[in-house]
Amino acid sequence: MIATHFLDLLYLLGGLSFVLGLKMLSHPDTARRGNILAAIGMALAVAGTLFFHPSADTFSEEERQMKLILLYSALAVGGFIGWRAAYKVKMTSMPQMVSLFNGLGGGCAALLAVAELKLQFDHSGHPEAAGLILVLFTLFFGSVSLTGSLLAFAKLEDLVKDSAITLPRHTIFNLGLLAIILGLIGYTVWGAGHAGMTWGLILFAVALVYGFSFVAPIGGADMPVVISVLNSCTGLTAAAAGIIYDNLVMLVGGILVGASGSILTVLMCKAMNRSLANVLVGSFGGTVSGAAKGPGDQTVKEISLTDSAVLLNYSASVVIVPGYGLAVAQAQKICKELDTLLEANGVDVKYAVHPVAGRMPGHMNVLLAEADVPYTKLYDLEEANDFIKKADVAIIIGANDVVNPAALDDASSPIYGMPVLEVWEAKNVIVMKRSMKSGYAGIDNPLFYHARTKMLFGDAKDTLQKLVAEVKAL
Amino acid sequence: MEAFFNFLHENLLLIYLLAFSILLGIEVISKVPAVLHTPLMSGANAIHGVVLVGAIIVLFNARMDDYLSLGLGFVAVVFGTLNVVGGFAVTDRMLEMFKKKKK
Repeated sequence: MIATHFLDLLYLLGGLSFVLGLKMLSHPDTARRGNILAAIGMALAVAGTLFFHPSADTFSEEERQMKLILLYSALAVGGFIGWRAAYKVKMTSMPQMVSLFNGLGGGCAALLAVAELKLQFDHSGHPEAAGLILVLFTLFFGSVSLTGSLLAFAKLEDLVKDSAITLPRHTIFNLGLLAIILGLIGYTVWGAGHAGMTWGLILFAVALVYGFSFVAPIGGADMPVVISVLNSCTGLTAAAAGIIYDNLVMLVGGILVGASGSILTVLMCKAMNRSLANVLVGSFGGTVSGAAKGPGDQTVKEISLTDSAVLLNYSASVVIVPGYGLAVAQAQKICKELDTLLEANGVDVKYAVHPVAGRMPGHMNVLLAEADVPYTKLYDLEEANDFIKKADVAIIIGANDVVNPAALDDASSPIYGMPVLEVWEAKNVIVMKRSMKSGYAGIDNPLFYHARTKMLFGDAKDTLQKLVAEVKAL
Repeated sequence: MEAFFNFLHENLLLIYLLAFSILLGIEVISKVPAVLHTPLMSGANAIHGVVLVGAIIVLFNARMDDYLSLGLGFVAVVFGTLNVVGGFAVTDRMLEMFKKKKK
């Protein structure tokens, strides 16, 4: 009995650490400690369950040993792989890693639900409705989170092409699946009787398909929002599982993530000036719709490396607009080198970071921080648009959609209404780009044909290195 | 109607807890700077790994001759641990970078 009370205390501490940890995570100074605090709380809850969970009292010492061995090996395998993966992943691949871990959490919940379903039908033959609904809820959201996150991972890794997995009337297909799922839940609970287990498994299969199909038509640029949605889904499954097992730490942790995840999703959508419904039903996804207004006979002006170096070095102020291209080329460090060099020559260098630069809000900040760019030099959208007007040069490195003027003046553009960095207001614009290929959203960018814009073609890292050499040679 | 009130009465504390946790979750997050969106999402992602606790209970509850349930529990624990350990470690790696430049 005492052991159970002690477990209650550990769960209480765990739950509190989640709340405090999350609170601390939302402030830059305390974020790291907050994460560690939550991790300690998690360790307490997990260790407490291993050693003090009351169900362990009901079986023999031998059985207990066996199960603990199983548990230790599972924890060791998961812990080892998780740790290795987390420390090996490149900073640029962070979003897909988060997605992958999220999917595994969902998978954990789904498997747990299957086992619980079996247990309930083994025991009584016909479990009571409320409990069964909770299990099926966990099963559904866990499965959706699993396959949805895995597909999001694959999309961000560029393993699949959006168009290859999208059906012509995909939204209707999805709604149909959803209706089937609701029907299956209803039938399993009220209609199937003893065959409920089988129908539960059918639900499991359909839910897995639905998760995949739900994410399939959503465009790559919207992936962060989807990951955030799936993240709150997994939170909800954890909470539902908490109710099934009458386990408060799971309930509190799950609900916290569910609620905060939803808010985070809304914040992300706001940064892109789109509604959540718009993202999920998808106005621009796998289909390239913005090609209507083609560049036609418009021409772009190129600039040589030497000219770029001179232009940058003899400016009073330079604004760097980093994009995903910079990150992919792993050019943050060399970018910082250029920055230092220019600063030494008396140029004022600032960074304009769009909220969705990189692949996730805040992602670019993490990447630049990795390259030791002080965060006092990073400016968000509104501040940046103020000083871009006064800047001599705006240099765009591997960004595209976030500097697309079509978002402001072309109502037919898929990104119309998204706030963008108004780089064309600067006296000169240099766009560093690999080729004339369109950006992640797959739409054309009139900025490249703008009177003040000059293109500097090449791989971001390579070009920056040459640029640094040119500036040094001046 | 009566069933509803009975349900409310029997689960009153649970419903309070749910409501307060939801409000708390919203309150805690609502004033977060965009810089921290990614680490925050990652941290929250690690926290929902608390389903791991449920997976452990599943394995405990499985009968020793019920290999299917034991197997499901085992894989669920592996997945849950991956979520927890990977989630916290990845978050820490991201946040480490924020700390470095603050001299």
